[in-house]
Amino acid sequence: MDRYYHPIEIRPELCNGRMKCMRICPTRAIRVKQGKAQIIDELCVDCGACITVCPSGAIVPLTDPFASSLNFKYKVALPSPVLFSQFRPEADPRKVVQGLKKIGFDYVCDVSDACEEVSIAVEEYLSSYRGRLPLISQLCPAVVRLIQVKYPDLTELVAPIEVPREIAARDVKQKLSRELGVGLEDIGVIYITTCASKMVSIKQPAEKESSWIDGAVSIADVFGPLFAAVSDIKDEDVDVDGSEGFRFSAGWSMLGEMTRLVGSEHSISVSGLSDVTQILDDIENSRLRDVEFVEAMSCLGGCIGGALVVENMYVARSSTNSLLRKYGSKFTADRDKVVEKFRKGHYSLERELAPRPLRPLDPDLAKAIEKKKQKDTIYTSLPRIDCGCCGAPTCLAFAEDIVRGTAKLEDCIYREEKQNG
Amino acid sequence: MSDDVLFFKEFSIMGKDFSNAGSVSTEIKSILKEIGFDRLIVRRAAIASYEAEMNVVMYAKRAVARLSATPTSIKIEFQDEGQGIADVDLALEEGYSTATPEMREMGFGAGMGLPNIRHNADEFDISSEVDKGTHLIFTIHADGNNG
Repeated sequence: MDRYYHPIEIRPELCNGRMKCMRICPTRAIRVKQGKAQIIDELCVDCGACITVCPSGAIVPLTDPFASSLNFKYKVALPSPVLFSQFRPEADPRKVVQGLKKIGFDYVCDVSDACEEVSIAVEEYLSSYRGRLPLISQLCPAVVRLIQVKYPDLTELVAPIEVPREIAARDVKQKLSRELGVGLEDIGVIYITTCASKMVSIKQPAEKESSWIDGAVSIADVFGPLFAAVSDIKDEDVDVDGSEGFRFSAGWSMLGEMTRLVGSEHSISVSGLSDVTQILDDIENSRLRDVEFVEAMSCLGGCIGGALVVENMYVARSSTNSLLRKYGSKFTADRDKVVEKFRKGHYSLERELAPRPLRPLDPDLAKAIEKKKQKDTIYTSLPRIDCGCCGAPTCLAFAEDIVRGTAKLEDCIYREEKQNG
Repeated sequence: MSDDVLFFKEFSIMGKDFSNAGSVSTEIKSILKEIGFDRLIVRRAAIASYEAEMNVVMYAKRAVARLSATPTSIKIEFQDEGQGIADVDLALEEGYSTATPEMREMGFGAGMGLPNIRHNADEFDISSEVDKGTHLIFTIHADGNNG
């Protein structure tokens, strides 16, 4: 099995083994052994839920440090639209763009255009698609991994359209290379991200050889210097015409924005991994076959609820709505042109998304059935209160670990008590 | 490969219990996935079980579902107590449904339930008695290999 890249690291020297990460992990990918948390590689889908709950700050996202993102001749910032919602709504968003330039970027690229284009591409794809329904949005890397790992049979339903951040990065690189006469390798596109999972789609993309994005810094890391820079800009110094990068027309920072733009009548927007799981179960049971499109995001509320933002999601959502009212949600993409580009494959994925199913209990079906029976028997013998003292998040996960040979029945403190008493 | 290796589990389903509707088929699906059957086989078993479970929830008083899995076959049984089906052949026709307008409004009653189960199964057997109940057994063949 190849090693999967995960954008999350547990620092053993900081970990106190308090198990908060283990309990919150939606795919039960964390075990606490000898007082230290460990991630089970194949189970982790990079949702980042563990980062926020760790009381010791031992779980760190492996985004790039802000300084190292500036090691390119020509530096392009590609901010997640969520960045604009982290400031007070009174703050002129053009100042944020200017601020990014003051702290070291040469160019700021707005992902709005790419979002519009992708929504048209998805709409076009849906209009001629006659296969199994519903299609599932491709935006959230954690959801895509969850599907690959736990719902391999649904992998074929993930819309085979490139994500806006990749399209924006590719188009801006090609444009700048042409205009400035510099090589593509001299242009660094840095995504300013709300979550660690986007790092995976940059370092180890599921559907192509390599990403067009060169690095990712978190909103949390960039916010300090950026806030200072933005505060220094006086109102009269706002660059009214020069801000190449702010429209905010279609930034998909909030849940529901994508389905709104794709314009499908029968669509569902869902967020939070446990709710996403319910919807994916329904899709597997073919219960949602009259739904055309499902927008599914790992973080509650969409990217605006990401782990690496600084503002509370509800405040940020209110600010986003103010920005939308002020700067409009006018659609500016030239539909015919986008459709033409879509037909030429401009928005297609480089390669098909492949399932990444979990290792079965045993490669041999007969043995797997035996192990499943053993697991169920062990589970019934356990207290089933999910105390976590054995180092597994639930009694069920513990029973499975025993059958897989990674835990021992003696690790259950309740069984010890029974025997001693 | 030996066929005497059997995984067996029984589930109970209550009629009109819409809040839990689908949970048995979801569990059956999880078990089959966990054992590691081919995903297309799991898909067929999941769809057929879901349809059968919804039939119980909508039309019957209660039912017992039984899953028997071996490396080469997945047999699923739904035995319910309830109104039964007066004309089984008619019920097997696509588009035939006795669903009320209310059920249709809820998204059920397209008359695809039983035909869909039969379509997804390799073996299919149904017997029913009016005012007693319906006994449905379907089997999906597996090739003994891990998916």
